Amino acid sequence: MESLSSLLDGFGTALTPLNLLWAAVGVLLGTAIGVLPGIGPAMAVALLLPVTYGLDPIGAFIMFAGIYYGGMFGGSTTSILLNTPGESAAVVTAIEGNPMAKSGRGSQALAAAAIGHFAGGMIGTILLVALAPTVASLAVDIGAPDYFAIMVLAFIAVTSVLGSSRVRGFAALLIGLTIGLVGLDQMTGQQRLTFGSLQLSDGIDVVIVAVGLFAIGEALWVAAQAHRTAGESIPVGQPWLGGSDLRRTWKPWLRGPAIGFPFGAIPAGGAEIPTFLSYVTEKRLSRHKNEFGKGAIEGVAGPESAASASAAGTLVSLLTLGLPTTAVAAVMLAAFQQYGIQPGPLLFEREPDLVWGLIASLFVGMVLLLVLNLPMAPVWAKLLRVPRPYLYAGILFFAAVGAYAVGGEAIDMVILLIIGVLGLMMRRFGLPVLPAIIGVILGPNAEQQLRRALQISDGSVTGLVNTPFAVTVYVVIAVLLAWPWLRRLAGGRGRSPEGRGGPGGDGGDGGPGGGDSTGGDGGDDGVQDKEDAKV
Amino acid sequence: MSTESTDSASESREAPEAATRPPAPGSWRERLRGRSELGVSVLLLLVGVLVLSDTFTMETVADQRGPVGPRTVPIVVGVSLLVVAVVLAVDVLRGGRGESDQGEKAGSEPADWRTVALLAGIFLAAAVLIEPLGFPVTGALLFWGSAYALGSRNFSRDPLIAAVLSMATFAAFNTLLGVPLPGGPLMGVL
Repeated sequence: MESLSSLLDGFGTALTPLNLLWAAVGVLLGTAIGVLPGIGPAMAVALLLPVTYGLDPIGAFIMFAGIYYGGMFGGSTTSILLNTPGESAAVVTAIEGNPMAKSGRGSQALAAAAIGHFAGGMIGTILLVALAPTVASLAVDIGAPDYFAIMVLAFIAVTSVLGSSRVRGFAALLIGLTIGLVGLDQMTGQQRLTFGSLQLSDGIDVVIVAVGLFAIGEALWVAAQAHRTAGESIPVGQPWLGGSDLRRTWKPWLRGPAIGFPFGAIPAGGAEIPTFLSYVTEKRLSRHKNEFGKGAIEGVAGPESAASASAAGTLVSLLTLGLPTTAVAAVMLAAFQQYGIQPGPLLFEREPDLVWGLIASLFVGMVLLLVLNLPMAPVWAKLLRVPRPYLYAGILFFAAVGAYAVGGEAIDMVILLIIGVLGLMMRRFGLPVLPAIIGVILGPNAEQQLRRALQISDGSVTGLVNTPFAVTVYVVIAVLLAWPWLRRLAGGRGRSPEGRGGPGGDGGDGGPGGGDSTGGDGGDDGVQDKEDAKV
Repeated sequence: MSTESTDSASESREAPEAATRPPAPGSWRERLRGRSELGVSVLLLLVGVLVLSDTFTMETVADQRGPVGPRTVPIVVGVSLLVVAVVLAVDVLRGGRGESDQGEKAGSEPADWRTVALLAGIFLAAAVLIEPLGFPVTGALLFWGSAYALGSRNFSRDPLIAAVLSMATFAAFNTLLGVPLPGGPLMGVL
């Protein structure tokens, strides 16, 4: 109940006229950037980070929450109307959303997505309010060895659970860790990888790495494929839902968070797996199975709600443990660090105004999103027709602004370009970007925890495994690492015959998990389905 | 980058023998393109060597606190880079290919590197010009140049959009958001 009164205080903070204005500006900017083709929430958040530099931390994070939710909503609009998902979480939305738009039901698809976002985000944020203070109070007691174990888990999870190739995941992670090494050693002040440069001894700013990898890398990658023609956007009217659609969508909206929230909170890469699982679940439960693949509204409503709830789940581990599980959370952590705030168990004690103001503004942001974006959907749809040269010139322009605004130095733009070329190379050769950004952000932190733990144990390696918590985490890591072999030993379950069938194809031969399995069982099956699909 | 591409080319010459399971019998270009991922291995190898050499030439600090000094983690990262470089090379030679976000095979289509180089050049020029010319002028040039490089050829609309965008951003950041950007001589005149 204590958290309820704190939340009310938070609303007191979030509902001041100025903060309400920042939330509205954030939602509009986030949607406007997120709706642009090829721009997912992570890039939207990274590009808009400099906008918040001049604000006080509370105002900045309230605006930031708006940008986040706006970016996610904008991404689903792009998926539905243009069939070009800006990020992996929106891929599933495109499967049903785009056929709906093509058959003239774009308004309904947008409404199902928007209300799904609202429902998932609301339920997810309520769960966040209920759980986060408890998790934080439990986490207050965990020490350096536990932190180090969690961070190693995050490293292994982003490289092993997601993506098709582990070695490429590890390569990306190591590139990130290397970038994170640049600068002065936090404990001894020793210069590392600075090559005598004063500029590099401060380290490479995380914002520059994020903007470089996401924005510049993507813009250059699109430029490299200039011959490819862009898809046609489908014009759309005012979003609305009729009675029959509402009857089909309310259950998926409510089921989505049950799948999305837990997956957001664990370091398994955010919304990709839960949206896919939600899709499979809705397909199995639907009475309109024959419509799936041709524009079933359940296939939009469920995954969108799951994605939104997983975003709230992401915030649980970000705020209570300082552990980013998605690219957006990684950029948000960078934003916290800009203000000298370290998210973690003590955040709820040290910065209650900020945390509860932020959580309250999530609720405010979602209401604003629904109120502003449903009527404005036709306007956003027009943004999809921005010519591609302007779009990517604009991305380069704002990336330059962002890099310069970090420290007011032109050399940062050069570093940004170098990291952008790195991002281009990673896209070209299929190295995932997420492990790299997690490596940059968590790497220095993990090193510090490692050294602290070994300092306490006087150099004995047992100091890393002397708590039950750390041991448990290492067991999980071992299982994750051994998973491919374990699966082979368990006797190869039928692989899907077609090489890389879409999620639609997988749903058919889905795992043995029962119809409404949303717990651990369903999770494992889904991951397995997914891996089978990518083999 | 040029040294890497020659390295990967020389390795790819021995590739057909080493490849136990070639991806698909295609033209020689197809095969070479499949092997261009070896460049990533070479890059990882170079970075690994760089990290290790930097670590070993590091001056030792006397007041090292705790048993793990500033060298330990760089050594682990450097060695891991070398290991991953080798594993990746083996994977590529056995026909493994990276998969991009959209599920396409990496490097499966020809790329327009001219545009990329042009964009990178424009961006670099902007970095050089931002302090002497100020943000409004440089930003407008950056936008216009990038749009031109990406194929936009509207000589009345493009510079107009560039100028308006740049001025509006400058005004918004400087006055509304309180993030200073250099005004340059143009702002001195106005």
